[in-house]
Amino acid sequence: MAIDVADERVEQAETTLYRRPRLTYGFWSWITTADHKKIGMMYGYTAFFFFIAGGIEALLLRIQLAGPEGAFLSAAEYNGLFTTHAVTMIFLFVMPISAAFFNYLLPLMIGARDVAFPRMNAVSFWIFLFGGIFIYSSLIFGTSPPPVGGNLPGGAIEPSLLGSIPNSGWFIYAPNSGATYSPGTSIDYAVLGLQILGVASLISAVNFIVTILNMRAKGMRLLRMPVFVWMTLVVALLLLFSLPIIAIALFMLTFDRLFGTLFFVAEAGGDPILWQHLFWLFGHPEVYILILPAMGIVSETLPVFSKKPLFGYPAVVFAGAAIAFLGFGVWAHHMFSSGIPTVAQAAFGLSTMTIAIPTGIKIFNWLGTVWGGRVRLNTPMLFSLGFVALFVIGGLSGVTHAVVPSDWQQTDTYYIVAHFHYVLFGGAIFGLFAGIYYWFPKVTGRMLGEGMGKTHFWLMFIGMNLTFGPMHWLGLQGMVRRTWVYPEEAGLGAGNFVVTVGAFVIALGVLVFMINWVYSKRRGVPAPNDPWDARTLEWTMPSPTPEYNFAVEPTVTSLDDFWYQKYGEDEEGRAVRKPEADQVVDDLIYRNGHPDQEIHLPAPSYFPFFVGLGIMVIAYGIMYHTRPFGIPLLVTGAFLTVGALIAWGSEPLEEVHHDDHHDGPEDGPEAAETEPAMTDGAAG
Amino acid sequence: MNRPRRSDLPLFKRLPLLLLAVGLLGSCGRVEQPLNSFDSQGPIAERINDLFWPVFWGATVIFVLVQGALLLAVFLFRERKGKERPEPKQIAGNTRLELIWTVVPTLILAAIAVPTITTLFDLAECPAGAMEIEVIGHQWWFEFRYPDSGVVTANVMVIPEDTEVCAKMTSDDVLHNFWIPKLAGKRYLVPGQETEQRLYAEQPGEYWGHCAEFCGLSHARMRARVEAMTQADFEAWTTEQLMPAATPAPGSEAERGQEIFLAGTCVGCHIIDGVNNPDPETLTVPAPDLTHFASRSVFAGATLPAQLSPTDADWEAGLRLWLTDPPTWKPGSFMPELGLTADEIDALVAYLSSLE
Repeated sequence: MAIDVADERVEQAETTLYRRPRLTYGFWSWITTADHKKIGMMYGYTAFFFFIAGGIEALLLRIQLAGPEGAFLSAAEYNGLFTTHAVTMIFLFVMPISAAFFNYLLPLMIGARDVAFPRMNAVSFWIFLFGGIFIYSSLIFGTSPPPVGGNLPGGAIEPSLLGSIPNSGWFIYAPNSGATYSPGTSIDYAVLGLQILGVASLISAVNFIVTILNMRAKGMRLLRMPVFVWMTLVVALLLLFSLPIIAIALFMLTFDRLFGTLFFVAEAGGDPILWQHLFWLFGHPEVYILILPAMGIVSETLPVFSKKPLFGYPAVVFAGAAIAFLGFGVWAHHMFSSGIPTVAQAAFGLSTMTIAIPTGIKIFNWLGTVWGGRVRLNTPMLFSLGFVALFVIGGLSGVTHAVVPSDWQQTDTYYIVAHFHYVLFGGAIFGLFAGIYYWFPKVTGRMLGEGMGKTHFWLMFIGMNLTFGPMHWLGLQGMVRRTWVYPEEAGLGAGNFVVTVGAFVIALGVLVFMINWVYSKRRGVPAPNDPWDARTLEWTMPSPTPEYNFAVEPTVTSLDDFWYQKYGEDEEGRAVRKPEADQVVDDLIYRNGHPDQEIHLPAPSYFPFFVGLGIMVIAYGIMYHTRPFGIPLLVTGAFLTVGALIAWGSEPLEEVHHDDHHDGPEDGPEAAETEPAMTDGAAG
Repeated sequence: MNRPRRSDLPLFKRLPLLLLAVGLLGSCGRVEQPLNSFDSQGPIAERINDLFWPVFWGATVIFVLVQGALLLAVFLFRERKGKERPEPKQIAGNTRLELIWTVVPTLILAAIAVPTITTLFDLAECPAGAMEIEVIGHQWWFEFRYPDSGVVTANVMVIPEDTEVCAKMTSDDVLHNFWIPKLAGKRYLVPGQETEQRLYAEQPGEYWGHCAEFCGLSHARMRARVEAMTQADFEAWTTEQLMPAATPAPGSEAERGQEIFLAGTCVGCHIIDGVNNPDPETLTVPAPDLTHFASRSVFAGATLPAQLSPTDADWEAGLRLWLTDPPTWKPGSFMPELGLTADEIDALVAYLSSLE
């Protein structure tokens, strides 16, 4: 059977008009790559670029708010910046940098050579990148005239660069986001941009799910997968089920704005609250999409740096799945003051409380992991412990939101801003930095500097608490969200000043990190192959990872299989390093570094890039469909996208080769059926 | 001269201390904070605080326990130079512990859930017999209508003390959110729908409020005031509000102001009862009724005058600032820059301050 398939492929390859690109280095190799590691790195660098953009936006906001009645930004600029800060940090930083981790690590951790659909992986990156460019192009092309009341336009706004970016809040609440109250194109950039980003995430979600379910190493049952892989699976499922909801909502809003439908227009019987239900039905799972990858990361690092197995592995896994499942039943806690019925408020308050239970289980198990361990306080461990400490604070303030009447006071104030930054900055970003320090040697072959790393950690940790700690009080003392000025008489100036100072301390920390990165990448200490004495499969390979990942597809007999090859236990249950451990590691690394046959890898392709580009051009065409250049743009974009897809479909599955021999699938039958290019059958 | 010199501490060590001091000062409410929700001035806000504080202290205990355990674990089990720790026991879990830290939080949450639900049902809906006031949200000001008496006013909601008030709210344009922190929580104003907010002030006084939902460009300039007064004062206020506007003395500056009002763009949107009585439907944009403008302590979306206890001079200065260039103070404002001369503004201020 497999042989027939292979023959067909060879035939097909010989009759194809064009060849696939073969470059492995240089600019075009990045454009055409289908290698999950290169794609992961592109995700990482792009996300980090947007992190800097979002960070600068945050600093501008904080300069404006450093004192009462600030005059640094105009109202239009401020509204644009707080919107873009959120959109950037959520959709263009935390999600894609999580995707960077998934892309780079997932195949390595499950013992696979790539993801199930390598070109789909590439296309999701390019769509994401062009989506990000699309949103940011509003800086140049966006327009934001004032709302129209009756037939009188509001007072003119001075045009400015920052005043032309989307300014509706990332939640894009109707009817303020509608054509009447937000004329101009800036909101269209957000709405269509998020739609594009959603397509990218949906594609990669499907890819990760298929990869995890089908391409695990032999012997790696579901409950032998690293927790990070589990959390990837959970996040991918969350994306799969939540993105269609926001896609529909965004389509409805697009049609309201551009084509005159009335879904959310109250005067015509539409329902603005419907938007909120749809948005948060996506938006709350989205919160777990942002935090679960970080939870997966620290579930890997805490055991390694405590030299103990993860405490309660099944509990941590099931808690993660439970959080995701419950996450679909709590959305209306974002709407406790929106006038939804009292019984609904009670129900959503209770369901929200239940989320604290699996979250607590995770935290206690992490504590159990560290307890009694042999704790190495290096930078990745500091970030992991920081994650736990800060996430606890965010979790506790989260419970106070579930106390519905309390939430009536808290909602729409800085108390909420404090809460979700403890979860998303103290949580997600600290976890992601733990991952960056932890896996940097795997990716680059060098260690990320410890001295600067610890400085980075302490600056971020102190800065973060200085920034977001006082916000709890500020909020309940009357600091309303999304206001570009606050009155001096409200007595909030001192607290806000501290917050602004804290924001700059964080910025300093990030600067130290960037210097550390640049320095370590060039001159860092060369990394040993297993620098952390780790537990998972990616450390059985040379660093940096070879293009083909595993020369020998691994077989796994337990959770943390690599660890148990190195360590046994004495009669007390203490870890004992086996005498042959060093030899085992060296052998594994050597074997994986020296393939004894040519390994077949997914061939690069030009077309994912053009699919992404085409989709962006389509979005411009839709937005400007009433302008003379709109329809031509639309047609060009459609032609690009469809053309690239057809070319994609007809390009040879692999490079032409003159070998009619095929070994058939080896030890991963599912893997072979999913993506023939993955097996190393066609030896050349 | 022997006292220890603080400045011996290097700056980088002093700075965090200083910041902490500033932070505590800012956070402890030593300055007056008219929007402070902790300072409840009525039973509704108080019950919310009564619910919040036990949860807060409970959370604080959990915070201390969890962070303490984390710090203790790091302190006890960390590796130090020269003090190698033995290889740890490889413990992969403990079912009893898992059960404990599943069941105990569940019980704690159940204990929180009971008062949450009872308070929620007690506060969420207006009780029968409450005094109704209609609240209508506009970009960017609140309008208040009293269905019992027919009074229409803006920015300042006047209520009698010790009375259960039910705000029946809707919006004329986008979402708004009516928040008087010292009296109650928040509730949206939704176009095409009616929502309810209970309010109850125990003492006469002025309570600050703010629109809490992002409502477009000048969201920050959409505030509100609730003025609670004794029952007698409230009745007197109602009677006054129902009278037509005061007529300026002939030849006075105020009369000149009235002429400017009638001749200019003002009448396109504003009504002064007894001076211009157009059908409200014919107005270009809904704007505050100015019949008893001077009876209100604040205007311009309750943002001016900005002072905590403004004097008459502050009030007039605020009005001057507002009339000079509304869209600069309130970007996107539907009240345009009127191009008035200083002299015309003086006349308008004189007229508007006469509208008691």
